[in-house]
Amino acid sequence: MKFLTRRISLMLLGCVLLVLQGCATVTNPDPRDPWESMNRSVYKFNDALDTAAIQPAAKAYVAVLPSPVRTGIHNFLGNLGDVWSMANSALQLKGQATAVTFMRITVNTFLGLGGVLDVASEMRLEKRKEDFGQTLGYWGVKPGPYVVLPIFGPSTLRDTLATPLDMKGDAVQQFNDQAARNVLSVTRVMDVRSGLLQTVDVIKAAALDPYTFVRDAYLQKRENDVHDGNPPARFDYTESETP
Amino acid sequence: MKNMLSMLLPRRHMLAMASAFALLANVGPAWAADESPDAFIKRITNETLDTIKADKALRNGDIGKIIQLVDSKVMPHVNFRRMTALATGPAWRKATPEQQKRLQEEFKILLVRTYAGALTQVSDQVVVVKPLRAGQEDKNLVVNTEVRGKGDPIQLDYRLEKTPGEGAGWMIFDLNVLGVWLIENYRTQFTKEINAGGIDALIASLAARNKSNAKPA
Repeated sequence: MKFLTRRISLMLLGCVLLVLQGCATVTNPDPRDPWESMNRSVYKFNDALDTAAIQPAAKAYVAVLPSPVRTGIHNFLGNLGDVWSMANSALQLKGQATAVTFMRITVNTFLGLGGVLDVASEMRLEKRKEDFGQTLGYWGVKPGPYVVLPIFGPSTLRDTLATPLDMKGDAVQQFNDQAARNVLSVTRVMDVRSGLLQTVDVIKAAALDPYTFVRDAYLQKRENDVHDGNPPARFDYTESETP
Repeated sequence: MKNMLSMLLPRRHMLAMASAFALLANVGPAWAADESPDAFIKRITNETLDTIKADKALRNGDIGKIIQLVDSKVMPHVNFRRMTALATGPAWRKATPEQQKRLQEEFKILLVRTYAGALTQVSDQVVVVKPLRAGQEDKNLVVNTEVRGKGDPIQLDYRLEKTPGEGAGWMIFDLNVLGVWLIENYRTQFTKEINAGGIDALIASLAARNKSNAKPA
C-alpha cells in the first residue's frame, strides 16, 4: 500500500514536471494566463472527461426526465442557490438586491412549493446570482491568473480561493443527510450541464481555438458579473479601419 | 402673403408644391429622423423574432433561409466591416481589399452558422429593452436587453454608433451574449492566427472551420 502511494506520488511529480516543461513552449503568452500550458493540459483532461461521461449523462438526463420535471428541479436548486446569492449581495452592501433576493426565497419557498415553482420571476423579482468570488471582486480583489481546475473548469486564482467558501455556503450542504447531499450535488451537475448542451456545441463550432475562446469568455463574463452587467470598457474601439 | 402667392401662382401649382413638400418630408420611413437607440433595438429585435416565430423552416435550422433572414433583416443594421476590422486588429489596415473582403465573408459565415443553432430554440421569448444608461456617447453606445422565456434570462447587449442618413440612423458594431463581447473574444484568437501565418492563415483557418461546421455531425 505504502509502495503504491509512493508510486502514485512519483507519477504525479512526473506529470507536474512534464507540465512545467511544457510551460516553455507557449509562444506569445497572455499576461492573464501565465500557466497556460498547465491549464491547457487540465482543459484537455476536462474535455475528455466531459465527452466520455458528463455530456452523455446530461443527454440521458434530458431524455429521461420530461421538461416540466427538469424545470422544477432547476427552480428548486436555484432557490437553494439564492440563499448564498443573498448573503453575497449583503456582503457587497447591495441593499435592494439583498431585499429582492430575500423576497424571491420567501415567495418561492412558501408559494412555490418549496422552490419548485419560480413564482418570484413571474412577479418580476429578478434573479441576481452572486458568489464569493464576485464579492471579493466587488471589494477590489483582482482576479489574478487564469486557472483551469480539474472537473470544475475555468476559474481564476481569486475565484479558486473563493470556491471552498462557496461550497460551504451552498444551501445543499446544509442538509444533514449525506445521501441527500450527494443526490443534490449530482443533480446539480446534471442540471447545469444539461442547460449547456447547446452552448458547448456552439463554442466548439464558433471557436478557432476553443481553449482561448473559453478562457477569454470566462474572464470577460466574470468581469461583467462583478460589475453587474456594466463593466468599465477595456477594449479599444477607436483603432482599426483604413486610415 | 397668401394672396401674393396665389396671385403669382395658379392654384393647382400651389397644390403640387404642397404635395411635393409633403413627399420630401416623408423620404425614408417616418421614424428615421429621431428614433432613439433603444427604440431602434426594440424594433429590429421584435421584427426578427416575429419572422422566426412565423417561419417553421427557420426554426428547423434551414441554413439557407437563415442566411437570407440575416442578410435581409440583420445585416442592413450591422457595420460588419467595422466588426471584422476590430476583431482583426492592427493587421486589418495592412490587408489588401481582396483579403478584407474574404475575411469578412468567412467571418460572417462562421457567426451565422454557429448562432443559427440558437434559432431552433426560439419559441415564446420576449426581448426586454432596459432603460438607456445616461451619459453615453453617440458614436459608442450600449443598449442592454434581456431575453426572457423558459429558464434563466439571457443578457444580450448591443454596441451602436450613430450613422445619420445611413441605414436606420444607427448601426450595430458589437454584440454581447451573457456578458461576453463578441469582438473582444475573437481578437485574441485572430491575433494568434495572424502571428503564426499572417492574414491569409487567418482566412484559411476560418474557411477550414466553416467547412467542418458545414458537415453534419
